[in-house]
Amino acid sequence: MRINCPHCGTRPVEEFTFNGDASVQRPASNDPKTMDQWFDYVYLRDNPKGRFDEYVHHSSGCRAWLVVTRDTQTHEVFGVVTARDHAKKRVKA
Amino acid sequence: MTGFRLAKGGLVDRSTALNFQFDGKVFSGLAGDTLASALIANDVHLMGRSFKYHRPRGVISAGSSEPNALVELREGPRKEANTRATMIELYDGLVAKSQNRWPSLDLDVGALNSIVSAMFVAGFYYKTFMWPKSFWEKIYEPIIRKAAGLGVASKEADPDKYEKAYAHCDLMVVGSGPTGLMAALAAARSGARVILADESAALGGSLLNENEEIGGQSGGDWAAGVIAELASMSNVTLMPRTTIFGWYDDNIFGAVERVNDHVLEPSPYEPRQRYWRIMAKRAVMAAGAEERPIVFGGNDVPGVMLAFAMRTYANRYAAAAGKSVVVFTNNNSGYRTARDMKAHGVHVEAIIDSRKESLADASGVRVLRGGMITNVTGGKRVTGVELADHRGISCDAVAMSGGWSPIVNLMYHRGAKPKWDERIAGFVPTNVGEAFVAAGSAAGKMLLSECLADGARAGTLKGKTPAIPKCRDEAFAVTPLWWVKGSAGKAFVDYQNDSTAKDLPLAAQEGYRDIELAKRYTTAGMATDQGKLGNVNAIAILAEATGRTMDQVGTTTFRPYYTPVSFGAIAGPFVGHHFQPVRKTPLHEWAEEQGAVFVETGLWMRSSWFPQKREDWLASASREVLATRERVGLCDVSTLGKIDVQGNDAAEFLNRLYCNTFSTLDVGKARYGLMLREDGIVFDDGTTSRLAADHFLMTTTTANAARVMSHMEFCHQAHWHDLDVQYVSVTEQWAQMAIAGPKARTTLQKIVDGATLDDASFPYLAAKEISILGGMTARLFRISFSGEHAYELAVPADYGNMVARSIMQAGEEFGITPYGIEALSIMRIEKGHVAGGELNGTTTAGDLGLGKMMSSKKDYIGRMMAAREGLMDKNRQSVVGIRPSDARDKIRAGSHLLKKDDAPSMAADQGYISSVAWSPMLNMWLGLALLANGRERHGEVVKIFDGVRNIHMYGVICDPMHYDRENKKLHV
Repeated sequence: MRINCPHCGTRPVEEFTFNGDASVQRPASNDPKTMDQWFDYVYLRDNPKGRFDEYVHHSSGCRAWLVVTRDTQTHEVFGVVTARDHAKKRVKA
Repeated sequence: MTGFRLAKGGLVDRSTALNFQFDGKVFSGLAGDTLASALIANDVHLMGRSFKYHRPRGVISAGSSEPNALVELREGPRKEANTRATMIELYDGLVAKSQNRWPSLDLDVGALNSIVSAMFVAGFYYKTFMWPKSFWEKIYEPIIRKAAGLGVASKEADPDKYEKAYAHCDLMVVGSGPTGLMAALAAARSGARVILADESAALGGSLLNENEEIGGQSGGDWAAGVIAELASMSNVTLMPRTTIFGWYDDNIFGAVERVNDHVLEPSPYEPRQRYWRIMAKRAVMAAGAEERPIVFGGNDVPGVMLAFAMRTYANRYAAAAGKSVVVFTNNNSGYRTARDMKAHGVHVEAIIDSRKESLADASGVRVLRGGMITNVTGGKRVTGVELADHRGISCDAVAMSGGWSPIVNLMYHRGAKPKWDERIAGFVPTNVGEAFVAAGSAAGKMLLSECLADGARAGTLKGKTPAIPKCRDEAFAVTPLWWVKGSAGKAFVDYQNDSTAKDLPLAAQEGYRDIELAKRYTTAGMATDQGKLGNVNAIAILAEATGRTMDQVGTTTFRPYYTPVSFGAIAGPFVGHHFQPVRKTPLHEWAEEQGAVFVETGLWMRSSWFPQKREDWLASASREVLATRERVGLCDVSTLGKIDVQGNDAAEFLNRLYCNTFSTLDVGKARYGLMLREDGIVFDDGTTSRLAADHFLMTTTTANAARVMSHMEFCHQAHWHDLDVQYVSVTEQWAQMAIAGPKARTTLQKIVDGATLDDASFPYLAAKEISILGGMTARLFRISFSGEHAYELAVPADYGNMVARSIMQAGEEFGITPYGIEALSIMRIEKGHVAGGELNGTTTAGDLGLGKMMSSKKDYIGRMMAAREGLMDKNRQSVVGIRPSDARDKIRAGSHLLKKDDAPSMAADQGYISSVAWSPMLNMWLGLALLANGRERHGEVVKIFDGVRNIHMYGVICDPMHYDRENKKLHV
C-alpha cells in the first residue's frame, strides 16, 4: 500500500503510522454536562466496512498528520489531506 | 539413445559436463540440466520418501509445483531443506541429499507406517493424540515433532548476503511463455517501462518445453527472437529466476530473484537472493496453466509423472523418463507426450484414454479408449500398470494428465475467488480490476494462437497491437476424470501430505464439508507446495462426495507466498548489527573511559554503573550513591527527550499539553510538568524550562521521547492548528549531564565563565544559558532528580565528552564520582520520585500524589476524563513508600500487598510493590508501592506476598519520600 503525502508524494506505507478514526472531533467544552460527548470522542469508534477517514502520521517522512480516506476492505485510497486542512474545513462546515 | 540421456535435441550443453552428488553418490549431468533432469538422465527416479507413509517417491512435475522431489541442497551453513529438485539448476560440485528417510533412501524404517496405514486416515492427529491427556507433553508432542517436517534446516548462520530492492514499471508481466512474451513486446514497443519476470532460469516458458511452430520457426527460436528484441530495449527489464510471490495493495508485487542459487558459492560482492517490491501500474498474469495428476492406485510410484513433465524432460533436457512408456490421460495432452516421446525414440506402449471418444492424433500409438489404470506395480520404480479390465501392461514410466488448471493464485491474494469453467475443466480468473489482468492459458485460453493474441491484447497499453504471428495449434479437449474408483492400493490426491482419495469423503462424512475445513482435516493442500497439483482434484472429490458443484465447494484461500521464500530473503541485509541501530549518547566515550557497564534501554546504550576493582553492580551503585550524596557525582542524562518549543503561542500550547500551567513560568526558570492522555491517565513527565517569553525547552522521559513528539504534532495539527508554535526534537543535539551533591556547585563554578552560581543569581529551578570553559555556550538548569543540590548542564553534543572530562577534572579535589542509572534509580526511590514503575499507563495524577498539579483554570489534554468518578475514587491504588518490617528482609518489586491478616487471594489484594532499591543511606531495602487508599494508610503494617517465590513477610507503609523529607539537601 502506498499513500500520497501532500508534502512528499507517493510513499510506501511503512513510512506512516496509523492512528484511527478521523471523523471524531475533540469537544470544545469542559462543561461536565458534555461528558457524553467526551466519552464518544475518547472511546466510541465505528468500524466501518468501506470508506473510512483515518488519521495517519507521516512519521518517517515530513511528520505531518494526514487524513487518509480509504476503503477498509480493498485499501483503495480515495484522497489524502493534511490533518490541518481537514480541521480547517471542519471549522468552516 | 545411450542410457536415459537422449542422443539428440534438448537445450542442454553437451560439451559441458557437470559432476554432482546425490546421497553421497557422484553423478554427471550437463549444463542446462536441473537436478531432477540430471537424475532422470542417470535413471534415478527415487528422490525422496513421502511425509506420512514414507513411500518411495520420484519426480512428478518439471517446475515449481513439485511436491515429491524435495531435497536438502548444499551442506553446512548453506544447507537448504525442502528444495525442489525440479527448480535447482545443476552446477559443478552440487551436493544434495534426500529427506525423510532413515537409515537410507533405499531402506527406510518409517515405511512401516504404510503397513499400519489404516491408522493414518484423515484427522489422524486429532483422533490419536487426544488421550490420555497426560501423554501429550511428554510423549506425543516429542514424537510428532521428530516425525514431522521433511528436511532439516542448518543450525549455522547463513554466510551469504541478501538484498532488498524496489522497482517501478508501467507493465509487469508474470511469466515469459507465448502470452507473456507477446504482452511484453506489445507494451515495450509502445515505449512503456516493462518488467518481464519468470521463475525459470531461462525465459520462454512452455516454448522451451514444447514442440511448437510460430511464424514459420520453432517455438524456441521465435521466443529467442522476441527475447533478443526485448533485451535490446532500454525500457525493458528482463527478470529470469524471479518468482512473483504475492500481489498486494496498490498493485505492488513481491518477488524473489535467485541471483546466485545456481552457482557453488556466490561472489562476495553479490547477494544470494534479492527480495523485490515491484510497483506496477498494470500487470498481466501470464503464468500459464498447471497440469493435474489423475487420482489412481499407485499414482505416486517413482516413474509416474505428469505428461507435460515427461515431454519437458525429453524435449528440453534430453532426458528420457523411461524406455517404455504408458500414457494415462483424459485430455489431448497425453497424446502430445506420446508423439514427442515416440519422436525421441522412446517406446510408447499405449495411451490409456479415459474418454470413450477422442479425435486426438496418436501417430500410430495404440490407444485404449475408455481405459482406466487401477494400479501401478513396482515399489521404487514402475514395472507396469494394471487396467480396470484386469489387463496388465509392462512399462518403466507412466505419463498422466488429468487436465489443466490455469495458474491463478496471485490474482486471488487480495480476496476474490476464481470460478469454475466446465469447458476447460478448471478454475479460471474472474475480473479483479483493470490493474491486474490474466491472459493466455492463465485465463483459460488453451490454444497457442489464443495465447499469442490474448497476450498482445493485454500488453497493448496504447497504440496498435503488434501483428500476431501464425502458429500451429494443438487441439484442446478434456473430459474430467478425478478418481479411478476401482483403484487397488493408495490413490494420492496430495502427494506432499500423503492425502488419499478416501480421506476426503471421510472428512465430509465426519462433518468437514467446507473446503477450508476439509483441507485442514485431511491436510490436502497444505505444506510447501500448497496443493498446486492436488487442490482441484481434492475439490472435485469433495464435491462429488457431498453432491455439490465445483463452484459450490470453491477453492481454499490463495495467499502469499506462491512458492516458499527463504528467511534470508525476507530479512535482507537487516541482520546482526543491521537489525537495529545502536544509539550512543554524546557522553559514551567518556563513560567508556570511566569503565561504565552499559545497558540497552530501547536503542540507547546507557551507562548503568561504573564498577571499581571487582565490585558487583550493587556494590558499585551503592558507592556511587554515597559519593553523590556526600560529595558530588556526574551522571549522563542525555537520553532524556528534549523538544525545543518556540512561537507566540508556545506557552499556550504547553498549557494545553500539560495538566499544570506553563504560561505563568518566569523566563529563566524550570518547572516539573505532568502530561496526561486524553483518557485522564498519566502519559509522561519531565521538566520544561522557559528560555525566553516565546521559547521553551521541554524534556520527556527517555522511553516516551518519540511518542510525546508525535502527540504534540497530532494535538497541534489536528486540534489546535491555529496556534502559532513550532517545535523540533533536539535530543540528539545536546549532551546533558547531571552534577549532583553537596559539592556540585563548587565543582561547576570552576568551569563557568564569569557568572556566580550563588542562590541569589542561580536559585533552585533556575534555567539559563551560560558560558563555560572560556566561551562555550551551554544551558544550565538547577533541577534535581536525586534530591541533592544538583544541576543539569547541556552542551552541544560534540562537546559532551570534553565537558564531562573537564567536570571530572574540576571535581577531582572533591572526589567526584561518575554514577549510572542504577544509582540514579536508587536515589529517586529514596526520594520517592515516580518513574516507569509508577508511570505505567494505569495511574492518574492523583494516584501519583500529584493531583494538585491538575489545573482547573484551563483546558488540557485529559482534563475532562480525569474528572471521572472512577479516576477520582479515594480507594484507587496510590503511591506509597514501603519498607520491610524486619530491616534485614529483602522486598521485591511485583510482590502483592495484603491486609496484615489476610490470606493471599485476588479479592484480598490491596496493591503491589512497583519499585525497590537497596538504600545505602538507610541501610535497608525500600520501595514504592501502589496501594488502595494508600495515602491514608501510612504506618500500617501489611503482608507482602510474592507468589512466584512463595515469600510472605511484613512491611510498613510510609510516605514515598524515604530520605531527606524536608528537602534540606536540595538547598545545601
